[in-house]
Amino acid sequence: MKYGLSIITTIHDWLYSVMPEWLAGLVEMILIALVYLGIFSIAGLFLVLMERRVAAWFQLRIGPNRVGFQGLLQTMADALKLLSKELTGTEKADKFLYNLAPYFVIITSLMALAVIPFSAEFHAFDINIGVFFLIAVSSIGVIGILLGGWSSNNKYALIGAMRSGVQTISYELSVGLSLLTMILLTGTLQLSEIIEVQKSGWLIVQGHIPAVIAFMIFMIAGTAETNRAPFDMVEAESELGAGFHTEYSGMKFAYFFLAEFINMFIIAAIAATVFFGGWLSPFGITESIPSLGVLWFLIKTLLLVFLMMWFRWTFPRLRVDQLLTLEWKYLLPINLVNIVIMALLVWGKLIIKF
Amino acid sequence: METTTVKSNFKSEEYFINMGPQHPATHGVLRLVLTIDGEIIKKVDPDLGYIHRSIEKMCERDSYQQIVHLTDRMDYLSSNINNEAVCLAVENALELEVPDRVKVIRTIIGELTRISSHCLWWGVMGMDVGALTTYFYGFRDREMINDIMEETCGARLTMNYNVPGGLMFDIHPNFVPRVKKFITHFKTKIPEFDRLLTNNVIFQKRTRGVGILSKEDAISFGASGPVGRASGYSCDVRKYHPYSALDRVTFNEALQTEGDTFARYKVRIQEFWESLSIIEQLIDNIPEGEHRVATKAVIKLPKGEYFQKVETARGELGVYVISTGTKNPYRFKFRSPGFSNLSLLNHIAVGGKIGDLVATMATLDLVIPDIDR
Repeated sequence: MKYGLSIITTIHDWLYSVMPEWLAGLVEMILIALVYLGIFSIAGLFLVLMERRVAAWFQLRIGPNRVGFQGLLQTMADALKLLSKELTGTEKADKFLYNLAPYFVIITSLMALAVIPFSAEFHAFDINIGVFFLIAVSSIGVIGILLGGWSSNNKYALIGAMRSGVQTISYELSVGLSLLTMILLTGTLQLSEIIEVQKSGWLIVQGHIPAVIAFMIFMIAGTAETNRAPFDMVEAESELGAGFHTEYSGMKFAYFFLAEFINMFIIAAIAATVFFGGWLSPFGITESIPSLGVLWFLIKTLLLVFLMMWFRWTFPRLRVDQLLTLEWKYLLPINLVNIVIMALLVWGKLIIKF
Repeated sequence: METTTVKSNFKSEEYFINMGPQHPATHGVLRLVLTIDGEIIKKVDPDLGYIHRSIEKMCERDSYQQIVHLTDRMDYLSSNINNEAVCLAVENALELEVPDRVKVIRTIIGELTRISSHCLWWGVMGMDVGALTTYFYGFRDREMINDIMEETCGARLTMNYNVPGGLMFDIHPNFVPRVKKFITHFKTKIPEFDRLLTNNVIFQKRTRGVGILSKEDAISFGASGPVGRASGYSCDVRKYHPYSALDRVTFNEALQTEGDTFARYKVRIQEFWESLSIIEQLIDNIPEGEHRVATKAVIKLPKGEYFQKVETARGELGVYVISTGTKNPYRFKFRSPGFSNLSLLNHIAVGGKIGDLVATMATLDLVIPDIDR
C-alpha cells in the first residue's frame, strides 16, 4: 500500500504507535475498506444522478432537480426508499444462491475499484499485475448475474442470465486484447508505472493509429462488459422485462443497480488510466501540484462516462446474434491484427514521444 | 431457412413463456404465449380478451349518437377517424349531405390524428428496439397536435368531435394558424427522426430482412394499412374509396415492396409526409358555412344494411350496421385493422429471435383495445 497524503501518514504513524503491529495493520485495512465503501456508494449515487440528468438532457426533459441543490439528494432519497422496501422473492427460488448473487456483483466491483489509481498518492492497492487483476476481477461479476438469473427460477431472468454469460465471455477477449495492445507500449502491468510512462506523452498519442483503434475497441467492449445499451441484452426491458434481476426487490435490486454504475466508472477509469494518462495533467500544466491529480483523473473518467451514457441514450439495442457477430467476426480479428501492428511500431521505434 | 444440425449429447427442449398480459413490449394487455427453443421463436399464440368490453353489444343498446362516443375507446390513437367512420355510415344511411366545411375539417382532423398516432408509434418503435430517447421526441410533436385538438374539441385523446350530421363545435379561431405552425415545425422534425433512428446502422440491422410478409400473405391474412402497403399491397381506402374531402386532394400512397420490418417503418415515415401534404392542401381552403346540419333528436336508420370503411392510422376500419328501422341498430360490427394485423404475427415471427418478435410487433402498431373491443 502506498499513500502520501499527510493526513493518511499521520493516521498511519499514530495507529502503529498506539497498538501492536498486527492490530494496527488490521485496523488500517478496515479503515481503508470503509473509505472505499464510502467512495463506492457516493460514486454510485452520483453516477445514477448524472445518468438521469444526462438522459433528461438528451430527451428534452429537465430530470430530477427538486431534492437538494439541482437534485443532488435525489438518489439518496431513492436509496432510502429502496432500503425501506420489503425484500420479496419467488417461492421456488434457490434461496442461498438467490441471496448470494447481489454480493458477488457488488464485491467484484468494489475489488476492482481498489486498484484504480485516483492520483499518485491516492492509490490503495498498487500491485505489479494491476491490469491483469482488473480484467480478472471484473470477469467474476458475471457469476453474480448468472447466479441471480438461475436461482430466481424465472424464465425471463434465466434468458437474461444466459445472454449475459455469452456476452461477457465474448467481450472479455476484446477488453483484454485491447489493453494488451497498450501494454506493448508500456512494458509493465503495474498501473502506477503505466502512468509514469505517459509522462512523455499519453499512450493514445504515443501509439497513434493502433492506439486509437485499441481505444475504440476497448470502449465498445467495455460498454458490452458492463451490460449497458446498446449491449443491454441482459436487461432488454422491452424484451425481458428486467432481465436477470426481474425477481429482485429493495436493496438487493439496488446492489445490482449500483454495481452497474460502478462497473461503468471502472471501465472509464481504466480507459482514462491506460489511454489518457490517468491523473497526469495535459502538457504537465499542474505538475507542481500533485494533489490536483485526483481532479484530472475524475475529469477524464467522467468525460468517458459521459461518452458511455451518450451511447446508451442514442443507439438502439443490438440483437443477441448480432452482438456475437460483432465480437467474433469484427472486433477480435481487428484486435489481433492491431496487436501485430503495435508490436511492429514498437520494434521499429515508430512511436511518438515528446 | 437452412439449419445445420449438430449432433450433441445435450438434450434441449422447447419451453413456454408468457409475454404479457403485462409486458413492456405488448403495449397493453395482450398476452402472447410463446414457444421458444433457446432464443428462437417456434410459435406465437396471441391470447386475447383481457380488455374486452363488449363494445359491439353495447352499440345495440345505444342510440346512434351515443355509439360515436364508444368508438373513441376502440383504437384510442385514431379516435377521430373512428368517430368519422360511424358518422359517415349513419349519414349515408340517412342520405344526409353534410356541408363542405364539415368534410374539409373532418379530413384535416383525421390526418392530424394520423400524424399524432404515427408520432406515438415512432417513439414506441424506437423504445422497443432499445433506443429510449425516441419516445420523448415522438411525444414532443404529438403534444402540439394534442394542444390543437384540446383547443378545438375540448379533449386530448377521446375527442368525440364528430357527430352524425357534422361536428360538435366549429373550429377554434386559433385552429388554422396553429396547424400551419405545426406543419412548418414538423417538416423540420421528420429529418430529425431520420437522423436519430432511420439512418442508424444498428436499427437497420435490427429491422432489415426481419418479419418478412409477402404480398400474397398480406392479402390472404387481410392485412391493411401500413402493414399491407409495406408488402406492396396497394390498399389505401383513402385512395380507392375516398370519403369526406379526400377526393379533392392529391397524395401518393406510401408503398414499399420488401415487406420486412424496415419497410413497414418506412411506409409510416412516408405517411407523415403525405398527411402533411393533405393538410397543406386543405388548410387554406376551409369553406365557410355551417358546421352541422340539423338531425332529428332520435335518429332512426331506414331498414337495411349499411357499410362504411375508412383508413385509420392502423389500416382499414369497417363499420357494418344492420338496422331494423328502430332507434337502435340490430347489429353493429366493426372490422378492426389491428385484429387482422395481429393474426399474421405468428406467420412472420416464427424462426426469429425474441428481439425480432418485439421489433416486428412494434411495426404492426397494435392497439389492444382495437383488437379486443
